[in-house]
Amino acid sequence: MKHKRTGLAAVAVAAALGLSAAATQAYAQSGHSAEQGQDHGTNAPKAGAVQHAGGMNHHTEAASAASPMGEMDHGSMQGGSAPPDARDPHEYSGGYARNAGKYALPPSQRLRMSDEHSFGSLLVNRLERVDGNGGNATAYEAQAWFGRTYDRLVIKAEGERARGELEHARTELLWSHAIANYWNTQLGLRYDSGMGPNREWLAIGVQGLAPYWFEVDATAYIGSNGRTALNFEAEYELLLTQRLILQPRIEVDLYGKRDEALDIGRGVSEGSLGLRLRYEITRQFAPYVGIEWATKFGQTADLARATDERTHDMRLVAGLQFWF
Amino acid sequence: MRINSALLSGPALALPSNSRRRFVQGLAAGGVLAGAGASFAYPARSRDGGTATGSAPVLRGSEFDLVIAALPVNFTGKPRMATTVNGSIPAPTLRWREGDTVTIRVTNRLREHTSLHWHGIILPFEMDGVPGISFPGIAPGETFTYRFKVTQSGTYWYHSHSGMQEQTGVYGALVIEPAAGETIRADRDLVVQLSDWTDDDPMRVLSKLKTQGDVYNFNQPTVFDFFRDVSRDGLQSALERRKMWNEMRMSPTDLADLSSYVLTYLMNGTTPAGNWTGLFRPGERVRLRFINGAANTFYDVRIPGLELTVVQVDGVNVDPVTVDEFRFGPGETYDVLVNPKNDAYTIFAQAMERTGYARGTLATREGLSAPVPALDPPQWLDMADMMGAMGGGMEAMNHNGGHSTSSGSAPMSPGAHGGMSMDHSQHGSMRMNHDMAGSDAGTMARHARTEYGPSTDMRVDMPRTNLDDPGIGLRDNGRRVLTLADLHTIGGPIDPRGPEREVELHLTGNMERYTWSFDGLEFGRSTPVHFRYGERLRVILSNDTMMTHPMHLHGLWSELESADGRFQARRHTIPVQPAQRISFLVTADALGRWAWHCHLMLHMDAGMFREVVVA
Repeated sequence: MKHKRTGLAAVAVAAALGLSAAATQAYAQSGHSAEQGQDHGTNAPKAGAVQHAGGMNHHTEAASAASPMGEMDHGSMQGGSAPPDARDPHEYSGGYARNAGKYALPPSQRLRMSDEHSFGSLLVNRLERVDGNGGNATAYEAQAWFGRTYDRLVIKAEGERARGELEHARTELLWSHAIANYWNTQLGLRYDSGMGPNREWLAIGVQGLAPYWFEVDATAYIGSNGRTALNFEAEYELLLTQRLILQPRIEVDLYGKRDEALDIGRGVSEGSLGLRLRYEITRQFAPYVGIEWATKFGQTADLARATDERTHDMRLVAGLQFWF
Repeated sequence: MRINSALLSGPALALPSNSRRRFVQGLAAGGVLAGAGASFAYPARSRDGGTATGSAPVLRGSEFDLVIAALPVNFTGKPRMATTVNGSIPAPTLRWREGDTVTIRVTNRLREHTSLHWHGIILPFEMDGVPGISFPGIAPGETFTYRFKVTQSGTYWYHSHSGMQEQTGVYGALVIEPAAGETIRADRDLVVQLSDWTDDDPMRVLSKLKTQGDVYNFNQPTVFDFFRDVSRDGLQSALERRKMWNEMRMSPTDLADLSSYVLTYLMNGTTPAGNWTGLFRPGERVRLRFINGAANTFYDVRIPGLELTVVQVDGVNVDPVTVDEFRFGPGETYDVLVNPKNDAYTIFAQAMERTGYARGTLATREGLSAPVPALDPPQWLDMADMMGAMGGGMEAMNHNGGHSTSSGSAPMSPGAHGGMSMDHSQHGSMRMNHDMAGSDAGTMARHARTEYGPSTDMRVDMPRTNLDDPGIGLRDNGRRVLTLADLHTIGGPIDPRGPEREVELHLTGNMERYTWSFDGLEFGRSTPVHFRYGERLRVILSNDTMMTHPMHLHGLWSELESADGRFQARRHTIPVQPAQRISFLVTADALGRWAWHCHLMLHMDAGMFREVVVA
């Protein structure tokens, strides 16, 4: 899903990490997709534990304004599971099917609307020149998808190039499957390249839109030799005007195992916090400037210090965002 | 008490840049490029006396030859290819007589399939023109002959049902003279067909929407709006106003998917700059046949200085009702009578999301114009639009002071709900009780089990039934605005029987994924809806989305009911507002398979479409 655009004055960038917990919880409670196909058999939906719980709570002020549990307050309006006596959407079919039976046109002439067609898009979220204390670089982050509404092939790529060399690149090939109104699960592969040995991982993650419009992407990775990793990203779009948008962004990487060859330590490894201001010349083309703080933590920081590398960096960035 | 939403109006529109201003106004001489049709031989045309600039040619009789071909057009300064009927946009106005058998030979000169659907016309299903349901479509190079008896009269229209051709120019007016003579007295008869045009490929437009659902919405809430609200109403109120929208990740400004960023609004194929002019002689009573032939735009129509007496809706005569303004969506038609006294009046049709307008002039001679009103400011959807009877319908529940969207409200205890039970375990036993006389408190909706997944971004548990709501952006605007409750079809229902059974379907969608459906199932995942031949049944549509959908059932009349079960009006296209529940009776007297869909073209294409089987 492309960035959603909206604005709210209270920018709670620091809450992003707390939201990863909320996001996971919101996802878990938003219920699993009810039966979607044309199965006429009995359906045994999950016990509707969550829905209707706070049916009228949205009028109260008891719920705090920035509650990450907002999903609960509108349990009867969003998410949730179908109650056991929910209406069967096929109950009026009278046994008829499309393109079969009386007055039907043959299947070769069946009507296919755009819900049965594939679409695609490429978003280059960041293509920027990075100017930091540790030197200059060119960084990119892009995401492409192709497919239908609920199931898509997704390619994610991010990386950095400095001093004429590819410092690091992370490329993922995923199958994205919609599981709730604003959430997709993603399953696939990740390939790390650049300086140092390459790494391959199995990727399992969730991407979506959390309450208050936080765009969240959380993925777990399993590599060879017992390696594991976790990546978390969150972005927010604050509209200053219809075309001037401030985008705070946070990203964190965790690793389960030390990887000396890549100067990666066990535990929380690296994080970055960025603030980018973009101007949309058109909806699809926006130059931006920004500032980013990158930090190494724990063992990774120790490894960096041991090789006289910086552990903190404040960088100015300038670049382009565009999509097709 | 509902707070006047004008007080809480949304943000001021960004001033249009020069290129956007031209977009809204269009080219004065915009249209099919002169000489473009020279290579095609068209049947003889006749000019209808009294019409002028930009009107489509008029074809009369009972035999017609229509050729659908691609031609260059230029509405905005950028030349584009359009699909046209007989070289004109709109397509020729066809004038039929009730009782005649008409023969229409349609030749396809496009490179893809085409079709023509006769909107609102009762005919054998094979003649209905929907590819994949009525017939295979008209292949390139082929000629298809429609032939059927005309059994009704009034103002209708016709358009392609293939691809996106309805957006790229295949639409025209259809006027049917009553067999017994016209009962509506007028000295002058003018067709005013409103439509919309995009320079973009409509498929690209859909693709962009699938990538970013609000890509064309330049009316989003911003930080400065928030600060303005804080300084005006206080921090608590400003936060409260946005809280629900933010929690639900929905936009309060989601009135339309498109805007003047990508659309040019046309009146009889003419841009606002082109100023289509309908001529009349002083002292004449003029009948204006308004048709909304747009693909994706709701228009709010008024003529400053003139009262509109509505006499016909969707081709069926109604008790005359005089208003200042009416709203209609794609598919709907309204015939109004006016008595102009001055030399020139502006016919003003602003788009529902307030980013642009279509405009023409009603005048005694060409070259005149009257002042064009400013666009009304866009407004935020309010609680009633989000929650139905649980939002704005609170007055029925005897809460003191009612609810406002902004001020801090006392928590509502469950006991205060009186007769409205919030015990959801009673879902199954709730029956649609139309004897809730005079009650606008709403009825519990029965959601389909497929509305709890990724296809549906929200559900309204207690939709409102008030037909007297003019709709978002028209409430309390100081003008008399037509509502569904004002429409009373002359002669009553065509079938005196009550319904033998009820079917309930929900209008659903997910704005983020840009998918639209009935009951959370897009067309491709749906099963048909079966009506037994000859039965009379009640259809209930419950809108679980934030947008107004003009719902069009082919081949059968929809007899709209009031909230207390009385016959209201006979329609073929019914606008269903956000969080609203509409109920109508249908007599399934036409065998075959029929299309049923939202008439916003992109919604239809995204999946808000069903097949109805009458057998």
